[in-house]
Amino acid sequence: MSLWTLALTLAFVVAAMLVSLWQRLGLEKDMVVATIRATVQLLVIGYVLKFVFHMDNFALTAAMVALMTCVAADNAGRRGRGLAGRFWRPFAAIAAAEVLAQGFLLAVHVIPGRPSYIIPISGMIIGNSMVACGLFLNRLRDEARTRNAEVWALLALGANPKQASRAVVKAATKASMIPTIDSAKTMGLVQLPGMMTGQIIAGADPIQAVRYQLLIVFAIIASAAITSIVLGFLTYPRLFNRFWQLVV
Amino acid sequence: MPHAPAVKPEPSPWAIEFRDAGRVLTSEDGPKSILTEVSGRLARGRVLTLIGPSGAGKSTLLSLCNLLQTPDVGEVFVWGREVRSWPLAELRRRVGLVMQQPVMLPGTVADNLAVPSRLHGRPQADGHRLLQQVGLDPSILQRPAEELSGGQKQRVALARTLANEPDILLVDEGTSALDRESAGVIERHVRCLVTSRCLTVVWVTHDLEQARRVGDETWLIDNGRVVEQGTTEAFFEAPQTEAAKRFLRTAERGQAGAGRR
Repeated sequence: MSLWTLALTLAFVVAAMLVSLWQRLGLEKDMVVATIRATVQLLVIGYVLKFVFHMDNFALTAAMVALMTCVAADNAGRRGRGLAGRFWRPFAAIAAAEVLAQGFLLAVHVIPGRPSYIIPISGMIIGNSMVACGLFLNRLRDEARTRNAEVWALLALGANPKQASRAVVKAATKASMIPTIDSAKTMGLVQLPGMMTGQIIAGADPIQAVRYQLLIVFAIIASAAITSIVLGFLTYPRLFNRFWQLVV
Repeated sequence: MPHAPAVKPEPSPWAIEFRDAGRVLTSEDGPKSILTEVSGRLARGRVLTLIGPSGAGKSTLLSLCNLLQTPDVGEVFVWGREVRSWPLAELRRRVGLVMQQPVMLPGTVADNLAVPSRLHGRPQADGHRLLQQVGLDPSILQRPAEELSGGQKQRVALARTLANEPDILLVDEGTSALDRESAGVIERHVRCLVTSRCLTVVWVTHDLEQARRVGDETWLIDNGRVVEQGTTEAFFEAPQTEAAKRFLRTAERGQAGAGRR
């Protein structure tokens, strides 16, 4: 696709802005900003990827994946509102998912160890883990609040924090995995996943595209589970103070 | 696991001792004292009844004893050891609390009664016997605990606490949902444990007759302070303080009123 044909697609944005002006939605400014940001960010990442793919250097690829993990952990930490700490707990949970899932794919040679495979697949694993983290943290707090009486009753019987929060952590883990599982259930029926669509448009055989998509589906189900379980282990103690009293 | 805390000699003859214990809650309106300078002690095998108006701090005082709340001021000793230096699982197993609102855990009555032994890795308690002791028919063992009536839940909660074989029992309005007869069963069973196992009991109640029946000692708490403490007999026969006399007079009028209605 040439830059000229890409520029023609800006007509969509212009149309949307006209609707906004006509209906006085006041969204024109946001649209301009969003369009510029999307364009700049994606063009930059395109050149960065081109460079990284070209270098084909393991350390550089690893650094890129680490950077993606950091950004995801920072974002997930914001949603945790203090429960997970600012950064390192989501980082550990997302990194564990990425290392295990990606490590497995590389170890059994499902994908070649090249940045053009590792980076996009990591992006999907890390992105999905980030969403799982956010859901888990939100849900953990809510569950601890709604099941507050049950947790106190267990503490009064002498339960330690792990025993007292077991049901709460379990419910939060389940809740954080449901979107991943649900989207796997309807995959291909409701929507064609983005990566598969992209591959097909770029001229790949749909059967090959489906095989790669399945790989991703399996990898993200596993990574959502790993993320939630690791995060559960790291965050349940923070529901309690040192005298084993529930503090949320 | 061998285990017999009830006969193990304790380093202190005092089951519970408060030394200027206080509790302060910080809300939007600033700090508010819930309990102020509570001092007093209770010997092993004695039953203390705590009475006083609603919101006086009775429940808070109970939860200081097993550290479900932390004393902000002063100290609370259990068997001569400050509560904060106890291993928490052991403290809460040995100082059992029956809460005002009974909370049933998921599952059947039998599941609920099995929780304490599971938590502490001890041999399974006999559900039949535990239910009989609190006056419940063992046939309810397999019923979902959530389906029980308020009074049944209260008794299951007590049985569940007793499954831990505590040597101090804290009861917070433990019979408020029960009729006189069922409450009597509970009172007799607890007194029986006091005699047979030298159980120490702190019992919060609104029912002055109950406070009189089960107590060896009685403390009146008002507005976060212990205003009178003494033997139950002395408290009801010859209250010393003006506050206690006033409280008893008001309570008597209330009960007479309730009787006429």
